[in-house]
Amino acid sequence: MLRTLTRAGAAGLAFFAPVAAFAQEAAEAAAPVANPGNNAWMMTSTILVLMMILPGLALFYGGLTRSKNMLSTMTQIGAIACLAMLVWVTYGYGLAFGPEGNQFISWGKFFLAGVTSDSTAATFSDEVISEYVFICFQMTFAAITAALVLGSTVERIKFSAVMVFGVIWLTIVYFPIAHMVWAGGGRFFEMGALDFAGGTVVHINAGVSALVAAMILGKRKGYPVEPMPPHSLTLTMVGTGLLWVGWFGFNAGSELEADGTAGLAMINTFVATAAAALAWMAVEKLMGHKASALGFCSGIIAGLVAVTPAAGNVGVFGAIALGAIASVVCFFAVSKLKPKLGYDDALDAFGIHGIGGMIGAIGTGIFHDASLGGPGGDLSMLDQTLVQLNATVTTVVWAAVGTAIAIYAAKLLTGLRVSEEVEFNGLDIGEHGERAYN
Amino acid sequence: MKFIIAVIKPFKLDEVREALGSIGVAGMTVSEVKGFGRQKGQTEIYRGAEYSTNMLPKVKLEIAASDDLAPQVVETIQQTASTEAIGDGKIFVLDLASATRIRTGETGDTAL
Repeated sequence: MLRTLTRAGAAGLAFFAPVAAFAQEAAEAAAPVANPGNNAWMMTSTILVLMMILPGLALFYGGLTRSKNMLSTMTQIGAIACLAMLVWVTYGYGLAFGPEGNQFISWGKFFLAGVTSDSTAATFSDEVISEYVFICFQMTFAAITAALVLGSTVERIKFSAVMVFGVIWLTIVYFPIAHMVWAGGGRFFEMGALDFAGGTVVHINAGVSALVAAMILGKRKGYPVEPMPPHSLTLTMVGTGLLWVGWFGFNAGSELEADGTAGLAMINTFVATAAAALAWMAVEKLMGHKASALGFCSGIIAGLVAVTPAAGNVGVFGAIALGAIASVVCFFAVSKLKPKLGYDDALDAFGIHGIGGMIGAIGTGIFHDASLGGPGGDLSMLDQTLVQLNATVTTVVWAAVGTAIAIYAAKLLTGLRVSEEVEFNGLDIGEHGERAYN
Repeated sequence: MKFIIAVIKPFKLDEVREALGSIGVAGMTVSEVKGFGRQKGQTEIYRGAEYSTNMLPKVKLEIAASDDLAPQVVETIQQTASTEAIGDGKIFVLDLASATRIRTGETGDTAL
């Protein structure tokens, strides 16, 4: 979303900051009306992102767990997404995009006070979209990010702990970071950090939070000695496909208009992903294994993650390079780094979203440069990369500290982890009283 | 009479069935089974984590044959099911005390 700092020119912050306050000031001056074409695209994008959560992420993560934890994994994802939606309209939107605020947080518009069908939110030009649509679009981002974190904690965390963690984590980690990146006056926004569709907000944030949560929660019983292979790579493949399709809403929707930059984000979301899928399989082969289906799926996610901050900020071949590089680095993160360090990031939420997000965020600074086919900006490649690095490091620290607080709070209130017996029998029966398969 | 149990690679089943049919074997029982021998299973790799599978899928044939036909059956299976690679399987021959056709009550070689 922030690429427009370079495109803003004389338009001034008020026109491209996706903040309702600015939108309303503009509305009073010119009474802008939402363009139905843009509104239609944003409503479509919003629903595409919902499809990434249910069924996309639920099937992707569910297939990777053991069959006794299939329903538990999918239920956790669905429930935390619903929780995030309710928290978002209650106070989350106000904390991220409220009319008053500083560089870390905003306030106002709690319970969506003052928002009507006629309210509008600014885009990156002098167009506006309906504020309700903007609220819904951003709501799906909060929902999927919270769900992504659970990839590291499945198969052993209590359902009640997930819900408590969800509320606290969204409040102290997600909303502030979303404000910093996307709201006018936010810390990263003002620095000129480029994050088209949420590389820092969604992926680095979710990945680092997942790592911290997994470390505090502890390893699954039997990890890494007992075999814990995915129970259905077929469903993981279905989930992967739904995620890829949904990601067009995520990336091309983040332009907030159906324009040429949305088109750039779209083509980049195709090619970076294609390059990453093949790169993962190629590196598997070079490491002496077979090119695998899970490698294909993992590569696709790594590419999608890496291109998220870059989508409208780099050229097509920059996106291909970024996807391929991120895929190779993520391969080594999950196959070498994870076993070496010994943490139980069950479904590689950190290994793919965290690591891939960092490669994407920092790589965006490099490939944004006009010399590498990007749209270019006011800053030199080095300066832009340093800004990206600054935003990345700040996000890592913020997410790590906030997650530790949220997880310990959940531990205090719920005990955090299921009993040994429930873990052995599976969380489907133990936590939900149902079986995925009969 | 002999009772012959053969454990072979699943993809060899059709070939073996045809060859046995051509030497006059009238029937057999086939089951899909799992097991291991010197091959000791195989390794699966998920995102770099290795899991060794101890049991491999095989097909088990059970054939009752007259004393005259039995050596030919063993030879045919051995030749048809061989790929000369590890994991081709084994053939066991047991003495068969009796055989009865349920429909007619015939016993011995005529029941086969």
